[in-house]
Amino acid sequence: MRKFLKPAVFLLALVPFALLLIRALQNNLGPDPAQELSIETGEWSLRFLLITLALTPLRDFTGRSEFVRQRRMLGLFALFYATVHLLGWMTFILGFRWFAIVEELVERPYITVGFTSYLILFALGATSPKVMVRKLGKKWKRLHRLVYLASILGVVHLLWILRTDIGEAVLYGSIVFVLLGYRIARKLNTKKSVFS
Amino acid sequence: MLIKKPSDIKPSEITPESVYKNRREFMLDGSKLLLGAAATSALPSVANAQNGDSLKARAPAAMRRSPPAAWWANKFQDIKPAPDREPFFTGESLTPYEDVTIYNNFYEFGMDKSDPATRSGEFKTDPWSVEITGEVSKPGTYHLEDILKPVDLEERIYRLRCVEAWSMVIPWIGFPLADLIRQFEPTSKAKFVEFETIIDADTMPGIRSRFAIVSWPYREGLRMDEAMNPLTFMAVGLYGSYLPSQNGAPMRLVVPWKYGFKSIKSIVKINFRETQPNTTWNDLQANEYGFYANVNPVVHHPRWRQDMERRLPQTLFSRRVIETKLFNGYGEHVAHMYDDMDLAQYY
Repeated sequence: MRKFLKPAVFLLALVPFALLLIRALQNNLGPDPAQELSIETGEWSLRFLLITLALTPLRDFTGRSEFVRQRRMLGLFALFYATVHLLGWMTFILGFRWFAIVEELVERPYITVGFTSYLILFALGATSPKVMVRKLGKKWKRLHRLVYLASILGVVHLLWILRTDIGEAVLYGSIVFVLLGYRIARKLNTKKSVFS
Repeated sequence: MLIKKPSDIKPSEITPESVYKNRREFMLDGSKLLLGAAATSALPSVANAQNGDSLKARAPAAMRRSPPAAWWANKFQDIKPAPDREPFFTGESLTPYEDVTIYNNFYEFGMDKSDPATRSGEFKTDPWSVEITGEVSKPGTYHLEDILKPVDLEERIYRLRCVEAWSMVIPWIGFPLADLIRQFEPTSKAKFVEFETIIDADTMPGIRSRFAIVSWPYREGLRMDEAMNPLTFMAVGLYGSYLPSQNGAPMRLVVPWKYGFKSIKSIVKINFRETQPNTTWNDLQANEYGFYANVNPVVHHPRWRQDMERRLPQTLFSRRVIETKLFNGYGEHVAHMYDDMDLAQYY
């Protein structure tokens, strides 16, 4: 049973991408597919990031270790969706005009924030193999705490592009807030924690 | 202050006639698929359009709307087709009816682009009255039917550029705003026109959203000379049919050289005043949305690049990212109104 869990989670995590791909091939993304692609991939990246963050608390509450075992893979999925998001934006919204891409990254704060979040995710993804974990030792843990910064920047990025209805961004922001609060509280109260 | 005169639209950017005729045939094919035998009823109108003695664009027969009331049907019997030349017409390929009516910003119905189409089923557009107030000799509350009696409906094919950097080409049905304004005889004090959208929380779910930060009603405004410009249009239909709720039924403004948010929908109040009115987006974020909101590729918006636009419908395989033109390509007819103004300051 256990050995099927990881492949099952892997396939499940691919479902949103597969659905997007099918809609794109059927030309069924609506009149403004660039926008639809951006919204969907951006939100899925953020959702995977939040799921990743929720795994440790889930283990603590349930006492089951299966959750944390999926963490690296789900984190990589957050990076995967963010990569599609970034490439889609460069291609379909900016028509691959390099000057425009560079100008946007520098001049538009919400894009700078989103891109910073992406760079963090990229660094975390690049240091996710076991070899790197061993190589970096204690530094690895410190580096990977940046996942919280990446999530906060992700929420800020979303909040910044919204025009009026901030409900969804508020929900995501609250989740990050609760999860981060939980980790800090746990650190302060129970120093005995051997995991983390 | 130098205002660049926009160069004429390059012939290469105008869709060749054969292409847009193909599109019509394509749309016709679509309606055939949808309708089978009933599609034959769509044939005469398309044939007429090609003869030039009828409208240039008709909604697919299956998607045409029924009249909100009997008088609407009468009013729509006689519509002058769009001419063959700019500025009341453009040969660029039309954004299909299906896309024009599913991709809308109308926050009173919800934040998603498809909300206005899917969540406006309860919205009632008849009877409808419009309140005329302020610096006019004939203020009052008028039935829409009475306001429309003296005006002649015509078709106009305009580009619509949204501040979010997408654009469409839409065949509207309506009349010049000037024809409406003259009916109420504005006084010499009328320097600005202010418009308001209906608030009906019962039928407009977006108004009930707790997270929406717009304070309703939606308000927009124009300077008097802008309002009287021959390009400024009041639309009551599109694609030869009655305006769908999501597009601002029963009557909405169309100001083709300004960003779409100026073209206020479902108007219930028109106020003539001496001072510049507050407008919804300007109140919300003054640094992003100016009162003038003229389409301008060199005046930057904090969030969206304004020097290019996605011409919808886009597909991921034929991405149509085109250059945005000053005044959305209508500069020849409107630039003179801003001769003494710094467009970067009065954005």
